[in-house]
Parts: sequence; structure tokens; C-alpha cells
Amino acid sequence: MKKLTKDDLTKIKEEYQATLSQREEGFRVKVTVHMGTCGIAAGARRIAEVLMEEIRDSGAQDVIVTTSGCAGLCSMEPMVTVETLDGPPVRYVSLTDEKTREIFREHVMGGKIKESYALAMGYEASY
Amino acid sequence: MQRFRTSVMLCGGNGCTARGSLKIKNALEKELKEKGLDREITVVLTGCNGFCAQGPVMIVHPDDIFYKQVTVKDVPAIVDEHFIKGRPVERLMYRDPVKKQPIPAMKDIPFFSVQVLRALRNKGLIDPEKIEEYIGRDGYMAAAKALTEMRPEEIIAEIKRSGLRGRGGAGALTGLKWEICAKEESKEKYIVCNRSTLDIEPHSIVEGMIIAGRATGAGKGFIYTRASLPLIVRRFTIAVEKAREYGLLGANILDSGFAFDIEVFQASDEFVCGEETALLMSLESRRGMPKPKPPFPAVKGLWEMPTVINTVETLANVPQIILNGADWYRSVGTEKSPGTKVFTLSGPLHNNGLIEVPMGTPLKDIIYSIGGGLRKGREFKAAQVGGSTGGYIPESLLDLPVTYEDITKAGAIMGSGGIVVLSDLNCMVSSAKFTLEFSSDESCGKCTPCRIGTTVLKEMHKDICEGRGRESDIELMADLAVEMQDSSLCGLGQTAANPVLTAIRYFRAEYDEHIKEKWCKAGVCRELCTFYIDEEKCKACGACKRVCPKNAISGEKKVPHRIDQSLCIQCRSCYETCAFGSIRIGPRSMREEMMNLPDQGILSEIHAKQTAGEED
Repeated sequence: MKKLTKDDLTKIKEEYQATLSQREEGFRVKVTVHMGTCGIAAGARRIAEVLMEEIRDSGAQDVIVTTSGCAGLCSMEPMVTVETLDGPPVRYVSLTDEKTREIFREHVMGGKIKESYALAMGYEASY
Repeated sequence: MQRFRTSVMLCGGNGCTARGSLKIKNALEKELKEKGLDREITVVLTGCNGFCAQGPVMIVHPDDIFYKQVTVKDVPAIVDEHFIKGRPVERLMYRDPVKKQPIPAMKDIPFFSVQVLRALRNKGLIDPEKIEEYIGRDGYMAAAKALTEMRPEEIIAEIKRSGLRGRGGAGALTGLKWEICAKEESKEKYIVCNRSTLDIEPHSIVEGMIIAGRATGAGKGFIYTRASLPLIVRRFTIAVEKAREYGLLGANILDSGFAFDIEVFQASDEFVCGEETALLMSLESRRGMPKPKPPFPAVKGLWEMPTVINTVETLANVPQIILNGADWYRSVGTEKSPGTKVFTLSGPLHNNGLIEVPMGTPLKDIIYSIGGGLRKGREFKAAQVGGSTGGYIPESLLDLPVTYEDITKAGAIMGSGGIVVLSDLNCMVSSAKFTLEFSSDESCGKCTPCRIGTTVLKEMHKDICEGRGRESDIELMADLAVEMQDSSLCGLGQTAANPVLTAIRYFRAEYDEHIKEKWCKAGVCRELCTFYIDEEKCKACGACKRVCPKNAISGEKKVPHRIDQSLCIQCRSCYETCAFGSIRIGPRSMREEMMNLPDQGILSEIHAKQTAGEED
């Protein structure tokens, strides 16, 4: 290991900030993947993986992915809800890998709601 | 870099580890792997979370869900329900002690929400064995600032202006200590970190020591730990090794030209070595005994060289002050006691553990807001503040703000920052006796006031608790206690009498009852109490009979019970069990009276007749 300089410290700090901000609620967008039995059967696990890939590839520091239970619309799974700090929560339904990637790039990162995939605005708590 | 959707922060503090954190970590990682979640979810073993009474605890981020008393058996439920299906496991959540409702998020639990974290700012957030995570939380930024942008005088001036006071108990100004040491001319100087018993982020100590070294011109530091706490020794050793590997210790740190290194020293468990001069002797591999001051260690310390000794908590505050400035530091706390203070809270409270609050917080808030008040059925009697040689604070003084000045005025000390709450089940005389047994054991024996004083006070308390007390004892003990405070060599002897003085000051009536009436109303001193059953109140439920270890309680169903005084050993089991408050504690003299009661059978017949009469 080479000796650190002040710049190296800043680099390490930036690299770890995303991991650590997750532990302090320091996030801007929260994406909830609905993982009821129906969601899992319809491929929700894969959707969560896609989201994680996108987060890693985009280098986003302030996006978190969480899971919740069945949302009651089992025929429209897989489903995610995107919540941003400044906008309303939006629920997207019948997702595929590609749709998820588009939503991530346009809504999560770009702040523009992807209306063609959206079901409705709103969210109900799971506990 | 690997990114995870969920981080499980499992507490790896001393308490939780003792209750099986490591087993839970293994089980959790195995389960995650089996379910194919190991690339999505990470398990981090953190430093002490603070909520030790509920351990092992874990927090699941990003949802901030707090789980308590987790066992290996709970692991599948947590993984299946929470991690896969997003349904947090309600039965493992913390519950409000009064309303019994679960509180899912850690930030909503009063134990955490009332606290202000500075020295413990990384508590439960990072893996103490990973230097990168510490750097991610601004770690070593203060050292970089101090080493590359500040002159040593400027560092000292900033620390002085912050008003940071030594958290070791006496409350000396840290900046002043550093200044004295900095002014000494010597080719060798040392920084010593005192007593690393506190489960605190180790890198913040390393960083604080680097800054102290720069300010005073010291090139070598020692972290004085206890060998009996292997977990803490391990974490400090790893921290120092990692810092050295990254060039944050050693020669030319961060290209500043400054060189500093640290050694982790493992000492035995000697209470007196909390005193700085005794600690230094122990570091020199001699028997730990205090020396008269002056010369202060800042002038003549380790191997006669100028030495700064700071506790872990003081050093943990230093990087924050350098990074955020003295004004920020002064934004909480009081004028004379700025900043925050770490306490360990224990006793019959709903919530116990390691906490940090702003200086000046009323003792009441600590006990009732953070501690959640006393458990059901218990009444507050006193709080011993400052560890085993701290004084007792009675209920009438509960509004006392916790600052160095106010605590000292009330007869207690900041000391180690321990707060032990005593309830109506505790006897003040025997509690004071207990602390004296400890201090007389731990007294190093070098000075007479402490060696003889603690022993005499202990013996006198023993006499009072066993019924041999004399009326003149109280004044004699108070005199002796004041002498000990005035003439003992070090903090141990000077504070050992605090429990006695405050117990006499605030609970004089209990001493009088013990001596004059031979009556320990709390039923702790076995020689001075008689347990008896109020036969009119007794519901004859048999609960006391079941817990009595000597089978001393007689009486069938519906026959009011009675304790056979010739068999009773005053263990108090029945008293603590009775749900109706029918068991009473009388003075010693009642034992003879209780031997001559009318026959139990006759009493029950009278009782039956009376009830029958009422029914007619």
C-alpha cells in the first residue's frame, strides 16, 4: 500500500460515501421493489438486480433500493415505486429489464416521470 | 466498487458479542448465500451501538429498522420476510415500554432520538476494522487539516477556544494541558490515551492522537488498554496497523514532514491506574502507584519526559473540533462545560446502555427520556453519578444539569461517566458499603488516608448493616470522609468517600433507622429486618410459598400465609414476588413478636365465619 496523500483521502472518501449515505438516510431517490410472492414469481428479484446494476454503472450516490410486500395488484407485477424528494411517488407496473433501465435513467436520474409505464401516483405503507 | 441494496449493521460491541453477535453474523451470511442474496445485501459488524440492554441488536438500512435481542433462530425469518418480501419482522422490534406498540425505525426510538452524537458519531455506522469506512465519514480529514494547514500554536488555540475539558473526570482544560507540554523543551515527548475501555471508534482516537502529537511536538503515542478486553485490544491494534500501512502513522505523514507513531499497550485491570501518574508507572512496567503532583505529567511524565494524557472520549472530540471549529463545538453544552458527554446508564430502567448527551442536560431527561424511566413497580431512590466512587443524587435534585460544576456541587463527580440508578429495593447504607468494599480493595496503599480511610469506613458500614452501629458513628464517618478528600494523594482516595458523604447528606434518615431502630426498611441488611405477611391483605394465592427457598411460608389455599421466622433467611424473594404488597418489612425486633401469633387455623376459621356472616 502506498502512502496516502491528502488527495487520496478525498478519493477514498468519495468512493465510500455512497455506501455510507445509505446508512444515514442521506438519499434523494428511493426505489421500492414489491416483493410479494406474486412479485417474486413474476421476476421482481431480477428487477432489483437490474436496479443495482444501474446504480453501480451510473455511479449514483444517493439512490437506494428497498423491498416491500404485495401491493395487491398481482396481475401487474413486477412493480416498483419511485419516490423522489421533490416529486410525488410513482408506481410502475409490468416491468421488464429494459423498462426498468429506462425508468432508472429517465425518472430516477433525470427526474422526468416515465408516464407510459406508470400506473398511478401514490403509495400505501406496508407496515 | 461493490454496491449493496441493503446493509445490515450488526452490533459487535462487547455486550452484543458476548450474547452471540458473531454466531448471528455467520448464520446471516450463510442464509443470504443460500438465498442468493449475498451480492445484494451486506452484513457489517459495527462498534457498540449503545443499546446494550437490548442486545444483540441490528439495524437494517436503508429502512433504518431496528431489531433487538436477535438470536440465530430469528435469522431465516429476517431474511425471508424482511430482506426478500420487504416485511419487517414485528416481533423483533423495540416496543414502547408503556404503550407496548412496536417502533420500527431506530430514529423514532426515544433512547436514540434524544441523544446528540459527537464523540460517538460513528457509533453503529461503520465497521471499526475498516479504515476506508472511517475515511468515508470524514476520517483523517482533521489530521490532514492540522498537519498541512495549521501551525501547532493554531491547533492549541483552537482546542483552547473550544473549551474542551478532559473527560477523564477531573475536567482539566485539554488545550491548556497541550500548551504546557508544547512549551517544554525536550527531545522526547509522548501522547498517552488513557484506558481504552470505552467501545469507541478506534480510528478517531488514532486521529486525535496524531493531532495532539502535532500540537505538542510529540513523536510517539501509547494507547493504554486492558488486556481483559481482547475485542478492544484487537480493534485498536488493527486500527494502528492499518493507519501505518496507509502512511497515516510513521514518517512524513501526508507529506507534511511530521512523524508520529503509536503503540498499543495491554495493561492489567488496576482501578488505580485510571489515575494518570499511576498509569504512567504502569506504562513504564512498574507497579502502578500515583505520585504527588506537581510536577504534572505535561512537564515530567513518562520516563521523565513531557507527556499529555487524554482519555478516549477527549481524543474522539479533537478531530471534530479541528474540522468544524471551536464555535461549532461550543454550540451545544454550557459556557463552562461545552460539548457533549458520554455516559453509561444502568439500573432498573427500561433502557440501559452507552449514551451521549449535550452537557447541561438535566439528569431527569437522561433517566426518564433516554432510560425510559424505572421498570414497573419500582420507585426512583437515587442515581450514583461518576462510577463506583461517585456520589448519590436524590430525587429532589433530579433537575440537576449534568455539567462538571453542578455535579461536583451536588457531591458527585463526572468521573468515568457512569450513572447507576438505585430503586426502592436498594438500601443506601449497604450500597455505600458495597462501593467501599470496592475502593478499599482497589486502593494501592501508598497513602494513609486512602488505605486506612477506605478500610475504616468499610468496617463501620459493615457494623451498621449488621446491627452494631453506634449513634456517634455518623459524625465520625463524615469527619473521616472529609479528611480523606483533603489529604489523599490521588483521585481514588479523594473521591472514595463521595458515596458515604452523599448518602449521609441526602439519606441520613436511613442511617438513623439502621442505628437506632435496627431497621433496614428496604430489607437488604438481613440482620436488621423482619419479613412478615399482612394477613388481612394476603390473598392466600401461594405465589410467595412457591419462591421461598427455605419452605418457610405456611398456609393452604384460602388460609392467609405466614412466614416462620425461625426458618426465614431474609432473602427477599417473597417480597419481590407478591403482587398485592402483602409482604411487609419490619424492624429486627419484630421477629420475636411474630413467633407468638395465634394459630393460623384458628385465624382462618374466624376469617371464614366473618365472611359467612357478611354474606348472610
